[in-house]
Amino acid sequence: MRWLWIDRIIDHEPNKRLVAIKNVSLAEEHLHDYIVDGQVVMPASLLIEGMAQTAGILVGTMSNFEEKVILAKITKASFDSDVTAGDTLRYEATIDRIDNSGAATSGTVDKRVAGGEAWERIGRIELMFSHIDNNNAGTEFPEHNFVFSDNFKMILDVAGLGGYVCKQDP
Amino acid sequence: MNRDDIFSKIQEVLDDALGVDEDEVTPQASLTADLGAESIDFLDIVFRIEKTFDVKISQGELFPENLADNAEWVADGKLTDTGLNMLKGRMAHVDFAVFEGGDRSIAKLGDAITVDSLVNFVEIKLAG
Repeated sequence: MRWLWIDRIIDHEPNKRLVAIKNVSLAEEHLHDYIVDGQVVMPASLLIEGMAQTAGILVGTMSNFEEKVILAKITKASFDSDVTAGDTLRYEATIDRIDNSGAATSGTVDKRVAGGEAWERIGRIELMFSHIDNNNAGTEFPEHNFVFSDNFKMILDVAGLGGYVCKQDP
Repeated sequence: MNRDDIFSKIQEVLDDALGVDEDEVTPQASLTADLGAESIDFLDIVFRIEKTFDVKISQGELFPENLADNAEWVADGKLTDTGLNMLKGRMAHVDFAVFEGGDRSIAKLGDAITVDSLVNFVEIKLAG
């Protein structure tokens, strides 16, 4: 997980749900490449990536990060509102089903209403993850867990979830 | 639940999992060749059938998995007699006629799994 698209995990119910926050900043260069009606807009693909990281961590915790959890399918994604600099996002991912081969998750994206504490629901995302060491094709991958790397472990530590075992990179 | 009811629900499952229109989901349609299913879609379909019909499906029960790992079942990328008989025994819901006397390449296995195969599977499963 090389680029992080969530800033902090704020809630974790083991084996059920995980909630993360993302603060969108004008310092993010990608925003300046995507301007709609004169306003910078966070691309929907990166909103999906934020959910993929939130849900992917949730799936990863269920195997103590022994499995390499890869986003395999965006089953559904819909958004009702643009996201711009200064917005705070709340990703909530829940497990629908998991087995040795992979997992299905569903989740919501909320945006904090400017100047207040209320949240507005702006998106719904359903994803599928593969445990790639158990892929049907029998393809082999490196032994170390290249998915959950050091910068991701920092997020876990900050959230008090550092106790989850994670195989070290060589 | 009769066979028509099962078929109708399978249409919904495939509509959600593969984004295909219900009129494309004919009984003879192959999941891979006609409906464009890829490997992760099979897992999605398993999960959705479990939820829709309130059944539990073991790994490899609905779709064959890891066949190539067993040299008795697959040789040179083709199903052996033992492999074909094993599949027929384990997967009564699939019509393996396409492999009789013809090309037994396991790459064709996905083509043998049709919408009817899924309906058969659920029918057998519900009959318990």
